[in-house]
Amino acid sequence: MNGTKIRLLILLLIFGLFCLSCGRGGAGAGKDQHTVTIAGSTSVMPFTEKLAEYFMLENPDYIVEVQGGGSTAGVQACMNYTVDIGMSSRHLKDNEKALTDVTICNDGIAIVVNPGNPLDTLTIEQIRGIFNGRIKNWKDLGWIDREIDAVSREEGSGTRGSFEDLIMNKLEIDDGIMVQDSNGSVKEVIATDPYAIGYISLGLLDGRVKGLAVNGVSPTMENIKSGDYEIVRPFLYLTNGEPDECARTFIDFVLSMEGQTILQKEGLIDIL
Amino acid sequence: MRIKPGITDKMARIGFNSMAFFTVGILVVIISIICIKGVSHVNLEFIFTSPEDMGRHGGIFPSIMGTVLLALLSIVFATPLGLGTAIFLTEYTKESTFTKIIRFGVESLAGIPSIIYGLFGFIFFVIKLGMGWSLLSGVLTMTIMILPTIIRTSEEAIKAVPRNLRIVSYSLGATRWETVTKIVLTAATPGILTGIMLSVGRVVGETAAVIFTMGSSLRLPTSLMDSGRTMAVHFYILAREGISMEKAYATALILVLSITIINILAYYIMNKVVSKYS
Amino acid sequence: MAFNKEKFIKYILTVFALSSLFFLFLIFAFILIEGLPLFLKVGFKNIIFGFKWAPTKGSFGIFPMIVSSFLVTFGALIVGGPLGLSCAVYLAEYSGKRMKMLLKPALELLAGIPSVVYGFLGVIYIVPLVRNYLGGSGFSLISTSVILGVMILPTIISISFDAIMSVPRTYREGSLAMGATKWQTIYKVVIPSARSGIMAGFILGMGRAIGETMAVIMIAGNALKIPTSLLDPLRTLTGNIALELAYATGDHRLGLFSTGVVLLVIIMALNYIANFGIKKKRLK
Repeated sequence: MNGTKIRLLILLLIFGLFCLSCGRGGAGAGKDQHTVTIAGSTSVMPFTEKLAEYFMLENPDYIVEVQGGGSTAGVQACMNYTVDIGMSSRHLKDNEKALTDVTICNDGIAIVVNPGNPLDTLTIEQIRGIFNGRIKNWKDLGWIDREIDAVSREEGSGTRGSFEDLIMNKLEIDDGIMVQDSNGSVKEVIATDPYAIGYISLGLLDGRVKGLAVNGVSPTMENIKSGDYEIVRPFLYLTNGEPDECARTFIDFVLSMEGQTILQKEGLIDIL
Repeated sequence: MRIKPGITDKMARIGFNSMAFFTVGILVVIISIICIKGVSHVNLEFIFTSPEDMGRHGGIFPSIMGTVLLALLSIVFATPLGLGTAIFLTEYTKESTFTKIIRFGVESLAGIPSIIYGLFGFIFFVIKLGMGWSLLSGVLTMTIMILPTIIRTSEEAIKAVPRNLRIVSYSLGATRWETVTKIVLTAATPGILTGIMLSVGRVVGETAAVIFTMGSSLRLPTSLMDSGRTMAVHFYILAREGISMEKAYATALILVLSITIINILAYYIMNKVVSKYS
Repeated sequence: MAFNKEKFIKYILTVFALSSLFFLFLIFAFILIEGLPLFLKVGFKNIIFGFKWAPTKGSFGIFPMIVSSFLVTFGALIVGGPLGLSCAVYLAEYSGKRMKMLLKPALELLAGIPSVVYGFLGVIYIVPLVRNYLGGSGFSLISTSVILGVMILPTIISISFDAIMSVPRTYREGSLAMGATKWQTIYKVVIPSARSGIMAGFILGMGRAIGETMAVIMIAGNALKIPTSLLDPLRTLTGNIALELAYATGDHRLGLFSTGVVLLVIIMALNYIANFGIKKKRLK
């Protein structure tokens, strides 16, 4: 009899725990430490994580939580106060203008191919042709007779949005083009497939893929700063209204000399 | 020309043999690739330190803890529910339309693919209930996902308990609940444990449903409302983003190793039960 | 007093038992609530039979993905079906007790390997193999089918094995006594008798393949077009959800839930056929 009662009690306890934990969920905010939550563009995320690492070293009482999700999700999360700061790698659309945006840096979009590819430059028309599905063979671009494995990003991605605005000029990206869901995965495909072409954030350019010159201008920091390389989009931090003090501290750090130097080292274009 | 039956018979034997060994070969190849490529990058430091630079350097400690927390908490929620259902189905009711409907529900839950659990958890827990990407959203989603496994294995374990044990218990004046808790559950414990182990294995290996509910924050979750990353999600991000192949293989090794150990334990426990009652 | 307690316990257990039904209802309700409005708004036909998926521009056609999902599933069956069935036959008819004790857990382990690991190995080993020897980018229908084929092996093997084992001993003895060889017995007696169970295994395998997500988005290439050759990339229903869910807002997100509705309907139909349609037939 006693044993059963205890067992029942345990059962009820577990059930209670269940309910309790649900309840705690709503009110689990009051902590000593300052937490800044950030979500959004997967292009901005790696750099924000880097910034957060340095920031937390200097401000041990702060916790910066960085999530991906994508530019559009970042905007959305910011609008319904799920996060303190949203990240976007494209300009805000008209219906999103209610948010306050801060440009933390600029980023070039590099058109990349496998290092084994002999081509060094393409024109905007050629790039447009490849992603529009009109140019399907490397032969047409002066290389071997082999199909082009073009890789794009998925709908909703800030990088894709900027690529469409800056390169495609209202033409559609063809349905036969492969799609990957982050800069990193596009880069992986390009790095392993000798016949691939794609576009990634300039900050992620390294020895594993080769950045092509567009209309003869290579994607370098100097060329972007001088305005010669035109495929550039901003990295934005978004807040809903004025940022609160914690978010402000982090944004100030990012905009400071130190933060900008970190971004510059990562291959982004500072706004100093 | 007809081939002699004796020859086709021999050919069939050889064919089936080789097909079976080919299949086992696949398993051996998969596990050896992961072991060979991963083992040189696994050490205590890898297990007990935090990742740096998105996982390019450092270890995977937060994701190991994230996995353990997710699995343990899901089990804590799912076991009473699943076991309760199994007890109800086997001990407290006769086969009827009602039990058929419940069984249909369990079967259907079992067949739903993890991406649908992810979609559901995302819209219900993360968005509608406002839990955000958090350990709690992950746990609740996983609880529903592993419930069918726990119910089925517990039910089978309970059914395998010989009828006479119950009869003796009742004849000694025990109530139904006493019989269930003291006699039946005690005898069925190993079988129930098997179900729990298999469920843990499933949670540890899950990605699609976890990434959309628990998020992918690299930090160690310190409360139920914190987002976190399991080993499987960490591995997915490492491999897919090409962050570091060495770390990816090392993470895969720990992931596959833990699932293998869990499954072998589950199988071992189950075999003990089978040999006990047959 | 004791009687009341028993009643109370039974009441609690009933609530527990109803929880799975409740969860099932919740899942359906929320996927439908999110997914159906778009069907009404854009039109059933324009979603199911629409060819254009451009959710930010108002096109929500998922027909290519439905076709692609079925293509990879059949591909997986072609790869995994014969292999799985032979394994089951071997286990049930040829292997000794010791071998069985060794092989069965090994196959369980195959089922335990996470799908991301399959996807990863596919990208590292299968994709370059296809690219170098067959052509194309390697992210293709054929690579996806091979990986999915391996992934559904455990399902097919375990269910076919059970079906073959449940064929009465006497059938085999009768056939052997009449002078048939073991192969003839398997081919003419055992497999036909176990047919419905084997079918159920194949259909559940299909369900597993069509629902698989992470491995597929890693290997399939995710292009929106219906593949016209084995070497073309493709996007499945699951892949569509997983690729875009994190990014989607507004109608785009609803579109992904509509994709989820279609996926859920297909899966439920397959499971229903495997669990109830076929089992009933077997009982007759």
